[in-house]
Amino acid sequence: MSLASQMLEFFRRKAKVILGGGEKAIEKQVAMGKLTARERITAILDQESFHEYDLFVEHKCSDFNMDKKQLPADGVITGTGKISGFPVCIFAQDFTVAGGSLGLAHARKITKIMDHAMKLGLPLIGINDSGGARIQEGVNSLAGYGEIFYRNTQASGVIPQISVILGPCAGGAVYSPALTDFVFVVDKISKMFITGPEVIKTVLGEEISMEDLGGARVQTEISGNAHFFAHSEEECFEQIKRLVTFIPWNNRKRPDAFPARQPKPEFDVEKVIPVNPRLPYDMRTLIKSLCDDSDFLEIQEHWAANIVIGFARLNGETVGIVGNQPLVLAGVLDVDSSDKAARFIRFCDAFNIPLITLVDLPGYLPGVDQEHAGVIRHGAKILYAYSEATVPKVTVILRKAYGGGYIAMCSRHLGADFVFAWPTAEIAVMGPEGAANIIFRSEIAAADDPDAMRQTKVQEYTEKFANPYIAAANGHVDAVIGPHETREFLIHSIEISRDKQEYRPQKKHGIPPF
Amino acid sequence: MEEKDKLSIFVIDDSQYETRLTEKFKFRRPYAKPNPKHVLAYIPGVIQELRVQAGQTVKWGDSLLVLEAMKMKNDVTALYDGTVKSVHVQKNERVIKNQLLIEFE
Repeated sequence: MSLASQMLEFFRRKAKVILGGGEKAIEKQVAMGKLTARERITAILDQESFHEYDLFVEHKCSDFNMDKKQLPADGVITGTGKISGFPVCIFAQDFTVAGGSLGLAHARKITKIMDHAMKLGLPLIGINDSGGARIQEGVNSLAGYGEIFYRNTQASGVIPQISVILGPCAGGAVYSPALTDFVFVVDKISKMFITGPEVIKTVLGEEISMEDLGGARVQTEISGNAHFFAHSEEECFEQIKRLVTFIPWNNRKRPDAFPARQPKPEFDVEKVIPVNPRLPYDMRTLIKSLCDDSDFLEIQEHWAANIVIGFARLNGETVGIVGNQPLVLAGVLDVDSSDKAARFIRFCDAFNIPLITLVDLPGYLPGVDQEHAGVIRHGAKILYAYSEATVPKVTVILRKAYGGGYIAMCSRHLGADFVFAWPTAEIAVMGPEGAANIIFRSEIAAADDPDAMRQTKVQEYTEKFANPYIAAANGHVDAVIGPHETREFLIHSIEISRDKQEYRPQKKHGIPPF
Repeated sequence: MEEKDKLSIFVIDDSQYETRLTEKFKFRRPYAKPNPKHVLAYIPGVIQELRVQAGQTVKWGDSLLVLEAMKMKNDVTALYDGTVKSVHVQKNERVIKNQLLIEFE
């Protein structure tokens, strides 16, 4: 046989599988408003950078006439490529092939690319669009899921893992995204749940649509399972490309440095904050007034909005920012916001990203619902995450830092390397009103005019304690700085912490309260 | 300004803050003290069998009804000796979690 005929045979075979489920199935996919698996990979990766593996993999199932069914590429496309020159491993489930159902061969293709990602130290991007387990394969399909979850866990903290939900992702399948670092969803396309509307209806008699149960909005606003919400697949891919620039390839590297840029002039750090600590402002505006190019990539923007987390750059270097949001619930810590911040802090710590904490909070949210929901345990997560982190930790106390909230927000006592406070900072056990009511209870009660007395005592307490100088006198604050010098202080402290070394007792792993 | 962008007064430790409230906070369920005279469904399901009627005296541990949920038949029993005041469900009725099933006198 000549090379030409062998090449022809190769092209013939390739053409057959590369079309996935065939034209009819592709038409259906398009009718659902979705791109095909191959189009998705092409759209995310740099042009011509995709290298595919395991195209000719076939399943070995023979039950239920499966031996007569050919499933091109077994319903998942795997390979490597680049995003803005940044190498990644990628897989995309192909819904046009048996509904993207996961059988053993399908799963083994995924675990193979995951093993590559681990060995090569490259981020993993997984595009999920699957009806779930391939029922004909029985327990083997469950085995496949388990092998993926095991690798997600092994890879956690070693390589960044990104999940993109572009179709259904139901039942056991959702646990792979749940174990990864960032979950992207698209409005009206993504659907995630453990048990679907049908089961809920039969078992519980409750009727709910897929969208209301586990659509993109639900996962970003109510459950907090997803980190990024987009209106279209294209917007989602842009978000992924942007995120990738902020994070390193693996836990042995630092994120790439970019050319340093000044914040945009329209964000004036001195004009963001009302001096009265009872009035709100948008923490994101403050962050934009401090970071390079005022470019802040917010994560989980729509969930637990009382805390703001995300990536930015200072002098070209990536930093992870955690800031209380006075605009929402006055910036209190609660079950959800503690959970949100703690996971982010651990991501930054695992991937050598310095942490900047911007403090302005009245404390933890009081309430029966919070206590019963376990705010003790959830609130402890943030203490754990900060105390555990060994990356450079820099804290700026902007206004109020009361009680347990002060300690939790990366105080000196939890191992912050540098703690700065603005002259507007109030570091105290609680706000002046509450403190005065307790300390001067008898004086206030005995006074002829209790309200006037209360006012006097609140004033007295405010003058004495509502400032940064007592904390500074005790060395809990390293420097009192003005807003205008904050960026410079942050840049300097991150720069000199580049080679920070901090040792922790040797252990297999800690036992965080989750 | 949109509805969700409106600022409200939010009090913590006697200090008043101007801020936005979240949907979750606004619609949080107020705490209600549990009434020991009420027998509630601890899981959503279907009433398979009713074993008592209003006016009946029962002893601690007596079966009140069978609540089938997640393919399991759960025997709901009396937590103390007493008299059934009223039965709020019927056989084969589907109940939601925390729905009132039986009231004691």
